[in-house]
Amino acid sequence: MSDIKFSIDNKECTAKKGQTLTQAAKDNGVYIPTLCDFEGLKPAGTCRICTVSVNGRNMAGCTTPVEEGMKVENSTPVLDGMRKAIVEILFVEGNHFCPSCEKSGNCELQALGYRYQMMVPRFPFSFPIRNIEAAAPNVMIDTNRCIQCLRCVRGVKTSDDKAIFGLVDRGDKANIGIDTAAAATITGDQAQKAMDLCPVGAILKKEVGFIVPIGERKYDKKPIGSEIEG
Amino acid sequence: MGNIVDVVKKSVAKYNSDATQLLDIIRDVQAELGCVTDDTIAQIANALNLSTVEVEGVVSFYHFFSKKPVGKYSVYLNNSAVAVMMGRGAIAKAFETEVGCSFGNTTSDGNIGLFDTSCIGMNDQEPAAIINDVVFTNLTADTVKSIVADMKAGKEVKAMVSDLGDGKNQSELVKTMVKNNIQQKGEVLFADYEIGSALKKAASMDASALISEVKESNLRGRGGAGFPTGMKWGFCKDAEGEKHYVVCNADEGEPGTFKDRVILTELPEMLFEGMAIGGYAVGAEEGILYLRAEYLYLKEYLEKVIEDLKTKGVLGANAGGKSGFNFDIKIKMGAGAYVCGEESALIESAEGKRGEPRNRPPFPVQKGYMNQPTTVNNVETYCSATQVVLKGASWYAGMGTDQSKGTKLLSVSGDCTKPGIYEIVWGMSIKEMLDMVGAKDTMAVVVGGPSGNIISEAEFGRKICFSDLATGGSMIVIDKSRDLLKIVHNFMDFFVEESCGWCVPCRAGNVLVTNKLEKIMNGNGSETDLNELDEWCSIVKGSSRCGLGQTSPNPIQTTIKNFRPVYEALLQKGVDFVSEFDMEASVQESCKVVGRTPNLGDH
Repeated sequence: MSDIKFSIDNKECTAKKGQTLTQAAKDNGVYIPTLCDFEGLKPAGTCRICTVSVNGRNMAGCTTPVEEGMKVENSTPVLDGMRKAIVEILFVEGNHFCPSCEKSGNCELQALGYRYQMMVPRFPFSFPIRNIEAAAPNVMIDTNRCIQCLRCVRGVKTSDDKAIFGLVDRGDKANIGIDTAAAATITGDQAQKAMDLCPVGAILKKEVGFIVPIGERKYDKKPIGSEIEG
Repeated sequence: MGNIVDVVKKSVAKYNSDATQLLDIIRDVQAELGCVTDDTIAQIANALNLSTVEVEGVVSFYHFFSKKPVGKYSVYLNNSAVAVMMGRGAIAKAFETEVGCSFGNTTSDGNIGLFDTSCIGMNDQEPAAIINDVVFTNLTADTVKSIVADMKAGKEVKAMVSDLGDGKNQSELVKTMVKNNIQQKGEVLFADYEIGSALKKAASMDASALISEVKESNLRGRGGAGFPTGMKWGFCKDAEGEKHYVVCNADEGEPGTFKDRVILTELPEMLFEGMAIGGYAVGAEEGILYLRAEYLYLKEYLEKVIEDLKTKGVLGANAGGKSGFNFDIKIKMGAGAYVCGEESALIESAEGKRGEPRNRPPFPVQKGYMNQPTTVNNVETYCSATQVVLKGASWYAGMGTDQSKGTKLLSVSGDCTKPGIYEIVWGMSIKEMLDMVGAKDTMAVVVGGPSGNIISEAEFGRKICFSDLATGGSMIVIDKSRDLLKIVHNFMDFFVEESCGWCVPCRAGNVLVTNKLEKIMNGNGSETDLNELDEWCSIVKGSSRCGLGQTSPNPIQTTIKNFRPVYEALLQKGVDFVSEFDMEASVQESCKVVGRTPNLGDH
């Protein structure tokens, strides 16, 4: 099958049929930032960080299949400004206290904050009152840090493929609900997987923490996206 | 608990344990139990082999489902902007006084619950409320008094309706006080037509020729987006699938629109015939009418119309007399969610799920209802298609403007002497419309509802058509006596409430812009705030996933553009920043606890 030709910021790129824009960009060494997207999960398009302009229209790169001849704008002042704003919106929507968070340095939201040089969010903090769900033996969920990317909803299931996490309510009250009976069955290994899946510090494996010291973690060494940009 | 188990069992059995009927199951269960508690959710989940969180997700998504008791009588009083303009505040107060509890609550005996609700499609007869699925319009303090007395006396809600509306509103299966308020009939929708004649003609044609005819007429979607109908049918017909579906979007939720209510009441035969024509065109045997929960009072009546059309041979086996063409229509009820007017969200909802828009592609014409090719069209679109087929594309295309052919139904409400339904030929100016509806001293017109465009007098010469001022039909007239920003704020509250919560900019961004608007309205704004407000609106519009977030900041952004002095008058001049922090309010709670009065000194 012949490759699809398209361009990102005037750079000629090729892609395979069926690839999304973010996947294709990655293969071409171009970083389109992502946050809710995760390899192997069905793209959800919740965070909108990967918003690019395709033939003049804004679209989420993670849910848009690449097509022949697409002219994609990725790194422009307007789009990067919008991404920075989305990172800031997430910081004020929840309660994110990086210094005390187990995920600091491994957190994709924090890493994007650094990448976009967020000093302080332009938006007022909302300081919401959020729950911590710690009844399950192996996993705890701190919704203060949840950005509702829906990775856990998509990727963490019971052995008979039922949902453990799900979006409940709507609008600004929307939050991640938990089937507590199902969550109680999560094993230590599954908890670790769920924690790795979570881009922030909302899902944590119980009884372990800070094994790798802060300062020696993934994004402490290299900024997010550098693994793609080389 | 025993009761819960039995009720759930009965309801789940009634719908053949079919999870795609989850909304119906929840509605039935709530009707019997008064609410859907966590125990009930667990029972439903168990019976349908779903996770509890999936069922809870659905229950909590829809406005008319509740985990808390809503009362034996549940009053849902419209709080849309026009309802407020027409005196909703006094009516709410009257309800609270008479009932003895505040909105958002249920009386301690569990008898009456009072709740707010978004626009219920009665803007031409506000203030209005829905009580146990029965609509009450033109409420006054006196009628509230008698309604509450009736509720306290245990009277059946339907029996509280005395004066019936006009036309089919009086028919046996409707019997509602809702009025049609048809102010102007036009050449297309309200023209004479013989039931079944259009389908007969359509079925005499080849499906491709039929689609060509619709394409030639240049008929465009009447819900607001204006996608060419013939093209949509063509895509759907050509898409591969085991089955094809025809869906009618009767979920008009844009505040200020009520035209589909009138069509559903007066012209349902034309609508269903249009759906059958669509079915013939795309190769579907099944049609679904997705009806908004607010119009539940029309359901039985519409089902009877469908039965009658089957008897007449317009629907059912060999529909329209065409041997081998079978077409049936069923009605699916919504449960209170504006976003379900978005076609892919509507499909999700029709499948018994949360009404969250889907990522596209694939488009519904490729993978829609049950992942099969589906055409979703508006109520008015199907009716127009019926007439296009009957009278020909060139007849239809002879009316209107270059890009906008035929007629359009307007739902006019607000400050005018003749609110109601107008069938106009595309191309009418706003000025002409205002004269037609008896509007005086008009400050602004909300064209296309909150998600549209709020225009000022300087633009009243503009024309109603897709290439100038596009509209799904909602037209709200605002005169000079009104506080424009209060109306804008009401619209923003609506979007915050109705966002599905899926994507970040819409879920959280709409809250941020609304708070910023409040800051300015409270006199704590500077020029910087106003400029930031405009920028933040662009961020929400530019990055949101679906049409809701892509248009929700329009009330703010179009008024900043068209009514900038209204904002500027509220700004503090000569300063870059004004704090909105209120020390006195902030220490109130702690002072109360320790029992002292705030001593703020000269801060």
